[in-house]
Amino acid sequence: MIAMAFALILFPVAMAGVAMAFPSNRARPWLLPFTGTIHLVLTVWTLRNPELQAPVGWLVLDPPGRLILLVISLMFFLCSFYAIGYLRYRGDWSNRTFTSCLLAFLGVMTLVIWSHHLGLMWVAIEGTSLVTAPLIYFNRTPRSIEATWKYLLICSVGIALALLGSFFLAYASFHEGLESSLLFEDLLHHAPRLSKPWLHTAFVLLLVGYGTKMGLAPMHTWKPDAYGEAPGIVGALLAGGLTNCAFLAVLRIYHVMVAAGERVYGGKLLIFLGLLSMLVAGIFMIGQRDIKRMLAYSSVEHMGILVLGLGMGGIGAFGALLHLLNNSMTKGVLFLSAGNLRRAYDSKSIDDISGAMRRLPLSGTLFLFGFIAITGSPPFGPFVSEFTIVTAAFLDGRYVTGALFLLFLLIVFMGMGGTVLAAVQGRPSGRSRLIPYRDTFLTGAPVVVFMALSLLLGLWLPAPIRTLVQEAAHYLETRP
Amino acid sequence: MTNVVVHLALLLAMPPLLLGVINKTKAFFGGRRGPPLLQPYRDLNRLMRKGLVLSRTTTLIFRAAPIVSLVAIFFAGLLMPMGPFGSPAPAFPGDLVLFAYLFGLARFFTTAAALDTGSSFEGMGASREVTFACLSEPALFFALLLLAKMSGSLMLSHMVHSPLQVHWTLQGPSLVLVAVGLFIIVLAENCRIPVDDPNTHLELTMIHEVMVLDHSGPLLGLILYGAAMKLFVLGAFLLHVIAPFQTGRAWLDWGLFAAELVGLSIAIGVVESIMARLQMRHVPTLLVASILFCAFGYFLLVR
Amino acid sequence: MSSLIDPILVAVLLLNLFALGNSRIMTVIRVVGVQGALLGILPLLVHEHFGLLPLVVSLLTVALKGLVIPFMLLRAMREAQIRREVAPSVGFLPSMILGAFSIGFSVLLAQELPMTQAHLGLLLVPASLSTVLIGFIMLTTRYKAISQVVGYLILENGIFIFGMLLVEAMPLMVELGVLLDLFVGIFVITIIVNHINEAFSSMDTRKLSALKE
Repeated sequence: MIAMAFALILFPVAMAGVAMAFPSNRARPWLLPFTGTIHLVLTVWTLRNPELQAPVGWLVLDPPGRLILLVISLMFFLCSFYAIGYLRYRGDWSNRTFTSCLLAFLGVMTLVIWSHHLGLMWVAIEGTSLVTAPLIYFNRTPRSIEATWKYLLICSVGIALALLGSFFLAYASFHEGLESSLLFEDLLHHAPRLSKPWLHTAFVLLLVGYGTKMGLAPMHTWKPDAYGEAPGIVGALLAGGLTNCAFLAVLRIYHVMVAAGERVYGGKLLIFLGLLSMLVAGIFMIGQRDIKRMLAYSSVEHMGILVLGLGMGGIGAFGALLHLLNNSMTKGVLFLSAGNLRRAYDSKSIDDISGAMRRLPLSGTLFLFGFIAITGSPPFGPFVSEFTIVTAAFLDGRYVTGALFLLFLLIVFMGMGGTVLAAVQGRPSGRSRLIPYRDTFLTGAPVVVFMALSLLLGLWLPAPIRTLVQEAAHYLETRP
Repeated sequence: MTNVVVHLALLLAMPPLLLGVINKTKAFFGGRRGPPLLQPYRDLNRLMRKGLVLSRTTTLIFRAAPIVSLVAIFFAGLLMPMGPFGSPAPAFPGDLVLFAYLFGLARFFTTAAALDTGSSFEGMGASREVTFACLSEPALFFALLLLAKMSGSLMLSHMVHSPLQVHWTLQGPSLVLVAVGLFIIVLAENCRIPVDDPNTHLELTMIHEVMVLDHSGPLLGLILYGAAMKLFVLGAFLLHVIAPFQTGRAWLDWGLFAAELVGLSIAIGVVESIMARLQMRHVPTLLVASILFCAFGYFLLVR
Repeated sequence: MSSLIDPILVAVLLLNLFALGNSRIMTVIRVVGVQGALLGILPLLVHEHFGLLPLVVSLLTVALKGLVIPFMLLRAMREAQIRREVAPSVGFLPSMILGAFSIGFSVLLAQELPMTQAHLGLLLVPASLSTVLIGFIMLTTRYKAISQVVGYLILENGIFIFGMLLVEAMPLMVELGVLLDLFVGIFVITIIVNHINEAFSSMDTRKLSALKE
């Protein structure tokens, strides 16, 4: 019987191959929801039956991995339906590369989640960079080429530094005469005996490298360009899927640090980077005229929140992992509705976009509610997770951190609010009324579902989800 | 005693021969027969018998400069041991600094004489020459530093003989690097291609030649002779690093030394023939490269 | 055998400085190719036991880094018809001096990191750190897209040098995976570079400045 790990990873990749060979441009997009549905079904089935999570060599599904696997599978499932509507609108363009790269993207992300070997995980993350580059370049404009170039170069450099960090970590165990293995089980087991200088340097390099992929400041410079020029659905999958996989890498490395007894050093670094990301994001969001770049900075901010919670540990880690779930759902709303707005107004700037609630009632309203959710207002999901993190900060006695966290959230709210309210309120311009774009079922329903999930998570956390997040947070404290 | 006599004889008589060898090599590459090997001697003879023309703007410095620079280079030649033999001048610790600064003294006076004429062309040449010297002196000092570290002594006579007893696998790479760096310095200090073209007749492209435009007759002869002697002395220094051979028999060693110098001149001639002169803004890059070579060699040694 | 490692690393470092100071892109690509070929010999020297696997890895590395990747870059260059780098943000001569300083800095840094008995005194760690730094300098200060790719190659070379320390301990599969990723990465980057050339009729990344705040 074929192991579930191979099925989850290889099935989307095989479908990518099918997509490359599929002749019909109109029917090809239907491969996406087909794959997404099967992947989601297999994921839920795996999560419900622990015996299917059995390790296969280097592929292990640890508790944080389970949570993130569910998140990306769900995101891909909903976005795949949106993709059909989007690609139908762009029917004149060939979607062969687009569809196959999206499918391969799902497969490679699953590989990142399952790989418990630092080297294999590195290969997988490098693979995600390569496979998403054509997606960003889908529109073939000079600006999207510029965005793709910056994305490839900066992410490749970050990944290279992460590789050096992995080597340093291997040498840390080699130096102590231990068997030099990059398997997380072995690293965690030997963690207290690893050579300290090598371990610290390795952590810094790995954090910088995988932090580049996450989009933490100051390595975030590729994000506004890449998210700004990519189609909305690509932005949603990058912000809600890829960044989570990079976060998983950071989480696993931090786990090794905790097991080695270096929690304080690692935590300080993570908190610093988290606060810095939030600050940088807030500053650049004030006066931002481009709605997609604004969303990119929002992603930077929330990645900062994630590492902040992780660095604090305990309740903070629980809050961070819960926030991962909430953030992904809400980013889905924001990016997909932003994509709809862009098509209705033929522009991304609030110089042209106004009166979205009248022009596109569904997308405009959801964009507004998405903004309210992502900046942490009740009754939506992000409020609960951000509140948990603040509580953890004050309970741990980190008053300055907590105060700064709240201050930066305020700055982000002010900046983002300026842009979103300008886009949503008012009257639509004359030019936009001439563009015949309307909200359709396929481009609207996924957004509604994302919003509903975000609201649901804010009102009531279902017990299975709560267990999943708790196990993931608890995993950080354990050592196999 | 005989060694001192041979040393003085070679130092005084051989330099113009090196110039002749270089010119012959370049002619050979150009498919010509070229001037005879002893032509530089005839040139010097002719210049010494000519009359002196002095510009009204010049002062004592202009007349004294060729003599001072020649004497300084001669003393440097006395300090530098040739072949496996000692130096005629009494050696003392730290004479490597004296060696480097005798060249500096010669350069200072030549530059002062150039500025003394009040001509803007000569001033331009002087400023270029001094700029390049700023970059080649650190390289020279790094090379001297490396030899000092290798021999553990600050006396030139001990330092230059240290490559003879070197352990090739351990210190070989350092010596190779220093040799390359020193070769570039030899080319730069003696105004050879790729730093400076000695045959150019365009003032705007000259560096060293333009500084001596106003000199005539015996003074010009002294300057040419001094330049040739400088090539001789620096070549002798370079030979210690690239060809530290010793047979044990005095006359054979002297013959070997003379032959090696001629070989070095042929090498310089070959380099001049196969390369084009570098653009002036690229010369600092070359000189910095030679600094880095010598510094690298030193760093490899002390690591 | 191990006495050959240090001279090779010295040659690699000198090639780095040469690449930093040179303005002709074709020369720089060839220099990096030579550097890659030199590094390909290292696995044979570092492995204590001469086996089939190190030989295969060595040949593959020499072929990939020394021949295939420079060939791809030169072809991309020919199509774009560029010859020289424009004056970079940090000039050629200052870059070379900065590179020399980074070598010194790496030596100091490497002294902080404890090495095992077998690796003590080898140039591997300073060479690897300085090559990474020099690749970084080239990546961030050059304007032409191909020069930035060459900087990335030098960075990867630096990481490869460090990998030599672990050649006994790490599974060869990951080293091969690294090589494969490098190959695919360069392949994709070359395609993008071609697209840049088509869109902008130039490789000057200063033209890629439409996206900014």
